[in-house]
Amino acid sequence: MPDTLVALYVFVLACFIGYYVIWGVTPSLHTPLVSLTNAISGIIIVGALLVTGLEEASAAAGVMGFFAVLLASINVFGGFLVTNRMLAMFKKKK
Amino acid sequence: MQISANYQALAYLVSAILFIFALKGLTHPATARRGNYYGMAGMALAIVATLLGAEVQSYGFIIAGVAAGAVIGAVLASKVKMTAMPQLVAALHSFVGMAAVLVAIGTYINRAAAGTLNPVLMTELAVGIVIGAITFSGSVIAFGKLQGIISGKPVIFKGQHLLNALMGVVIVAFGVHFGMTESVVSLALMTLLAFVLGFTLIIPIGGADMPVIISMLNSYSGWAAAATGFTLQNNLLIIVGALVGFSGAILSYIMCRAMNRSIINVVFGGFGSDSSGGASSAAALAVEKGVRSASVEDAIYWMEDANKVIIIPGYGMAVAQAQHALKEFMELLLARGVEVKFAIHPVAGRMPGHMNVLLAEADIPYDHVLEMDEINPEFPTADVALVVGANDVTNPAAKTDPSSPIHGMPILDVSKAKQIYVIKRSMNPGYAGVDNLLYYQDNCSLIFGDAKAVCEGLAGALKGGGH
Repeated sequence: MPDTLVALYVFVLACFIGYYVIWGVTPSLHTPLVSLTNAISGIIIVGALLVTGLEEASAAAGVMGFFAVLLASINVFGGFLVTNRMLAMFKKKK
Repeated sequence: MQISANYQALAYLVSAILFIFALKGLTHPATARRGNYYGMAGMALAIVATLLGAEVQSYGFIIAGVAAGAVIGAVLASKVKMTAMPQLVAALHSFVGMAAVLVAIGTYINRAAAGTLNPVLMTELAVGIVIGAITFSGSVIAFGKLQGIISGKPVIFKGQHLLNALMGVVIVAFGVHFGMTESVVSLALMTLLAFVLGFTLIIPIGGADMPVIISMLNSYSGWAAAATGFTLQNNLLIIVGALVGFSGAILSYIMCRAMNRSIINVVFGGFGSDSSGGASSAAALAVEKGVRSASVEDAIYWMEDANKVIIIPGYGMAVAQAQHALKEFMELLLARGVEVKFAIHPVAGRMPGHMNVLLAEADIPYDHVLEMDEINPEFPTADVALVVGANDVTNPAAKTDPSSPIHGMPILDVSKAKQIYVIKRSMNPGYAGVDNLLYYQDNCSLIFGDAKAVCEGLAGALKGGGH
């Protein structure tokens, strides 16, 4: 099976997982859901690292990669921290 | 230290599982923080596994980028006001979009230098760039509208949809040309046009439709990550992209359903402007229109000995920052033995779940806060319903008047409460531009004023009131 087809399998199956997991999220946490998905879509940092870290990467690719790493890290750190800050506020009745 | 590609792939698998648990944690507020920690662990594992892999050999730019990103991200996360969450989220979406564009172009440069380009790869690159670019410029516009830099009013001009469709076709044409010929000019033009398209797609959408737009751009940012995963043959990116993409898509669906509109209608509608205006002649206009206006004392008279009070917050509460005053008022009512509940409509606020976060920020326990379907059966047993800055979501016309533009939209059954008080700045209609029939009911009175001032007044009257 060609690699692209394997990737397609993974993609479609992951869509199903997404569908079932997200419907389980309680509506009261929809804002943290958006900020958490913000944070985890920062996973694009993996792509940014691969572009930037290539030994023979040209200066142009290096600069592209640097900005991609920068933006993705803002997402990762900003997203997880703000989600944590929000979730800490959700308290039960004392 | 270096790890083999197989160990790296296994680490990515564990990381993907941790992300799924992270989302699963949001099933309930009690497990949500743990979920967030799973997410952090998954991210840390993915980054470490990537850095230890054979492909990453130079670290200068990486260390600089991560360090700067960490500082900026941490500052943003700790400084942002909860009312400004929609803006922060829009900004973060734009970063993912831009990162996807940069990664795709960087990959193109690297692969072109190594001579390993092929048509499948170039098609995937083109798709990644287009989705990323639309996500970026669309999110920038959304940010501008939320922040008030750009008018929240829908910007509509003739031939708008035709222009967008035309640009879409031209983008595809450039993409195909790039895939066939490796033409850098086509790549550049395609990228440029995709940025423009993101701009023209979002500019016609009004401020009040922001919950849908935020969800939609959330979804796009996921698809952008997934497309990057395809170009890099990286399954972790594909999995996470699909999870995020579906999360945004489902939220968009929930928001549209809560407005009884199709996603097509929202995206192409140019509906929903922000209404604003002075409160000066509000009371006079109210009399003219035949609504009753009431004072804080009247409202207190009904609420202080009530059995049950339901409070309905809307965007007006967020604008006035009235949540803390409401919390104090709630405490005072609870101390008098009054049962207090909050009713949340799915599209209240500027992003999904916005009201819940603001109430949580004011220390209102989440078990007092109920969603529409849970609270609706309780309105007939409520002695008083207090509407704070919400409008269209309480309008009974959605049920009774088939000619109303909002007919069919699910609403909070506020009209069924025994007595209704609405805190309002003015008699301006809500974003749908529809008169609210609730205000003409015999058991409904309007309290004119700023939501925060009125809520503080209510709390003050309850504290001082010995009657």
